[in-house]
Amino acid sequence: MSALIFTLKTQPTQRVDMSPLVCQTLQGLSIADITALELQSGKRKFRVDELFTIDGSDAQNIVIKNSMDKLDFIGKELDGGTITVEGDAGAYLGMGIKKGEIKVSGNAGLYAACEMKNGYLEVSGNVGDFLGAALAGNKMGMKGGIILVKGNAGQRVGDHLRRGLILIEGNAGDYCGSRMTAGTIAVMGNTGRYLGYAMRRGTLLLWNAPQLSASFNDCGAHTLAFLPILFNSFKALNSKFADASVSFNRVQRYAGDMAEIGQGEVLVKL
Amino acid sequence: MIINGVTIDATFAEAFPMKATRAIITAQNEKWAMIAAQTMTGFATSVIACGCEAGIERVLNPDETPDGRAGVSVLIFAMGGKGLAKQLETRAGQCVLTAPTTALFAGIDSDIQIPLGKNLRYFGDGFQIAKKITGKRYWRIPVMDGEFLTEATTGQVSAVGGGNFLVLAKSQPQALAACEAAIEAMRKMPNVIMPFPGGVVRSGSKVGSKYKTLGASTNDAFCPTLKGATKTDLSPNIESVMEIVIDGLTKEDIDNAMRVGIQAVCDLGAAEGIERISAGNYGGKLGPFHFHLQEIMA
Repeated sequence: MSALIFTLKTQPTQRVDMSPLVCQTLQGLSIADITALELQSGKRKFRVDELFTIDGSDAQNIVIKNSMDKLDFIGKELDGGTITVEGDAGAYLGMGIKKGEIKVSGNAGLYAACEMKNGYLEVSGNVGDFLGAALAGNKMGMKGGIILVKGNAGQRVGDHLRRGLILIEGNAGDYCGSRMTAGTIAVMGNTGRYLGYAMRRGTLLLWNAPQLSASFNDCGAHTLAFLPILFNSFKALNSKFADASVSFNRVQRYAGDMAEIGQGEVLVKL
Repeated sequence: MIINGVTIDATFAEAFPMKATRAIITAQNEKWAMIAAQTMTGFATSVIACGCEAGIERVLNPDETPDGRAGVSVLIFAMGGKGLAKQLETRAGQCVLTAPTTALFAGIDSDIQIPLGKNLRYFGDGFQIAKKITGKRYWRIPVMDGEFLTEATTGQVSAVGGGNFLVLAKSQPQALAACEAAIEAMRKMPNVIMPFPGGVVRSGSKVGSKYKTLGASTNDAFCPTLKGATKTDLSPNIESVMEIVIDGLTKEDIDNAMRVGIQAVCDLGAAEGIERISAGNYGGKLGPFHFHLQEIMA
């Protein structure tokens, strides 16, 4: 069975809510049913075939071609299957994923993988602010799964992160790991100001020395046994993180945020 | 059946169901992994008074361990899951957590999980850190030499305990030499341990005693000094009997271990003073697993 391919044939002027086009919703629907689905865009609703041409039939393997940054909520609450986005994705990409895999060849907007529960999200380009974060007003961000960003990430990466792994090959903006409750964020590039702001627990794993707030205390240089196991788990990824030459187990450890309960840590490669 | 002049008795060893788990101990080097493993599996010869039977299964190469360091795998057997969990946790806490540079990992998969470091984490007094990596939960417990890393749980599986055979020889040194040869061969087999000191038991027991408080007592039928004083199983020329007890994850594992062990004894043969191979059983009443010596060696 060939992948179910949605090719964007027009450039919508307003943002489009793509949340109906997820594997579990489309499973068992005929092409006619799928084309008749309605997508909210601004104050209008479009039939799917007004925006996309449709090919293929495998609803567990969805491909979105010619994608652009106005397509929001791609893969919302995905519960199994794969979604491949060729081009950019809008805001709320993979919001609340429960299971399955989303890959984006371009960039993604705000709140990518916000409140993700499990599964895998890969963005080849950059992502906007609030990657893996909690929605505004909510207390729990990402709760599980893996996010891989090959480019840079915006501000507030992993805000309220609860569990799971965020890997960023490029740089991360200000407030990376803010208000983390647990989980791991690894950044190969540089990090911005207010790293780990108000983090309670969790690990920020860095390749480059950050600009740390005064509320992070130096705990010294250490060889940590869990790091080889963590790096070993990256081996299956299509990423720089899978390269054995980037791994390390010797780190400078900073505890913080001491303005919170101080059980988080920033580990910097030595 | 006679192999190389050694008579294989037409009898069987009788074994019983147990619960078992495997843990992997790693350390900075093999020396310290082995020290921790030996300590963890100490005083674990028999469930009768030790609470469990435990032993070192084998040394692991760094490429076989989760953290890429030298390691040792240990097997622990107990009569029930509850007892196994208690013994595992106590021994992990007192013998591995305390041993310098060690880390502790699950060594067996199973739907039934029992705590490995899950409760040891409280030693961290709030400073412990959980990490879930590829579906497995680890605990990082701060300790004075750095950090003790332990997997939260390990698997519990059904297993078999009490496989055995007896080596009957013309002298004590010859019995011991034969048992040493058997143990050397059996230690190369996977999924089994020989829990007694050096793998050899010199005080095999029978069920019951003339003393009401004792559930087991010396196996007088195989005691050479009692040949004229009890209903003996020994011929006049047998001066020493030693036993090898085997616990294994499956009946087949014990079959294989017994085969190589008995073969190693028979390779020494009558020329080295080995007279007979026998086995301990209780008339089939103790356990459902029967290891017929002649079938194993056929």
